[in-house]
Amino acid sequence: MCLAIPGKILELDSQNPMLALVEVVGVRRKVDLGLLQDEPPVPGDWVLIHVGFAMSKISAADAEDQMRTLMMLGEAEAALQEVRGYGLENEDREHLGQRQPS
Amino acid sequence: MKYVDEFRTPELIAKAGEEIRKLAGPNRHYRIMEVCGGHTHAIYRFGLKDLMPSNVELIHGPGCPVCVLPMGRIDDGLSLAADPSFIFAAFGDMMRVPGTHGSPLEYKARGMDVRIVYSPADALKLARNNPEKHVIFFAIGFETTAPSTALTLMRAKSEGLHNFSVFCNHVTIIPAIRAILDSPDMRLDGFVGPGHVSTVIGCRPYHWIAQDAGKPVVVSGFEPLDILQSIVMLLRQLRLGEARVENQYKRVVPWEGNRAALRAMAEVFELRPYFEWRGLGFISQSALKIRASYTEWDSEQRFPVPGVRVTDPKAAQCGEVLKGVLKPAQCKLFGRECTPEQPVGALMVSSEGSCAAYYNYEHRKPVTIANAATA
Repeated sequence: MCLAIPGKILELDSQNPMLALVEVVGVRRKVDLGLLQDEPPVPGDWVLIHVGFAMSKISAADAEDQMRTLMMLGEAEAALQEVRGYGLENEDREHLGQRQPS
Repeated sequence: MKYVDEFRTPELIAKAGEEIRKLAGPNRHYRIMEVCGGHTHAIYRFGLKDLMPSNVELIHGPGCPVCVLPMGRIDDGLSLAADPSFIFAAFGDMMRVPGTHGSPLEYKARGMDVRIVYSPADALKLARNNPEKHVIFFAIGFETTAPSTALTLMRAKSEGLHNFSVFCNHVTIIPAIRAILDSPDMRLDGFVGPGHVSTVIGCRPYHWIAQDAGKPVVVSGFEPLDILQSIVMLLRQLRLGEARVENQYKRVVPWEGNRAALRAMAEVFELRPYFEWRGLGFISQSALKIRASYTEWDSEQRFPVPGVRVTDPKAAQCGEVLKGVLKPAQCKLFGRECTPEQPVGALMVSSEGSCAAYYNYEHRKPVTIANAATA
């Protein structure tokens, strides 16, 4: 529930600056930056993501630590499934309802 | 040996374990509560309990959102799902949590429109894409998750999206800690403070625990070494007779928290006068309610909700386990009627629930750093 997933900001959304494309171990999804509006991240920054929202900026080394922690906890797959499930893309991802729970 | 290989620093782990044994004076029994369910999971997963000397006891706290939610709230939320014009959306963690008449997943099997979402923003998207339906997002979580729900509600309001509402079950951690400290059958010496809740609220809200209740608090990360270091920091304070708030998880937790997140929460939520917690009963000002300015997006204000109170299945002892009065395996149903595959109580559903953690890592006893080191 309190999974915090490290991701790298690749680019800001050109139409909505509160959205950014992030990469988490090769999976690319849009996340919401609204909770970091006091200190907006820029491409190349690392953030911790929780339920589709970036909640804090972290260093690259801490991002690596965080991913390793998730792996050690056996939650890396659940984290990736969560990220894959984020539906802020333009494409229709309405098949979400067919997914099994994590 | 699986977990041993995954540790970067086995020598530091051994050193921290040794430090704990040195600091825990033999004439005293220490009861340390890890507040967060993520820490409970990590403690079992890494076998950290086995590294503790017999007089250092780790007590599992209330920080598992699905575990503390009383069954009546699940029934109330699901009562709305029966309407065919509604879509009931919730996180995957909620899907197998039993209500009186089944879990959300069982409601789905009966043909109700129940969807798993991974973000509240996705529930909002469901509403945009299904204008003929009303989407109810069943929101759970502590302060880690509440700001995301708040921002989602702000977006719904600014877009004027009226077929979306939130059934709000967000709770706050500080009143739960107060209730535990006030409980006469609970004697605790210190707290391993929650990591990700603290990225939002910061460290200041814990000051009263140190100053007024005289118990040290160390906000901790989730790696094995983080948790062991936090226990070392707590024992050091206890040895010196001190009670302070310390931040072991500085790399992620700013002392002041996340102000933008706190502003979003203040814009959308106010405190409920009281809220029922499973195991802990009614706690004053312990949960968030959607403000009047967002009434239209509040499922409870917009639709008739039965407001049922349901006692837990009689034989299940979730409440006692949640309070730390019973260990998971001491519950009569543990491992028999109640397993992660067929959960009776919520503590067996979530990986952060102490029963599921105990069942997966203790009951089935894998090789951990602690028992591998002595093997």
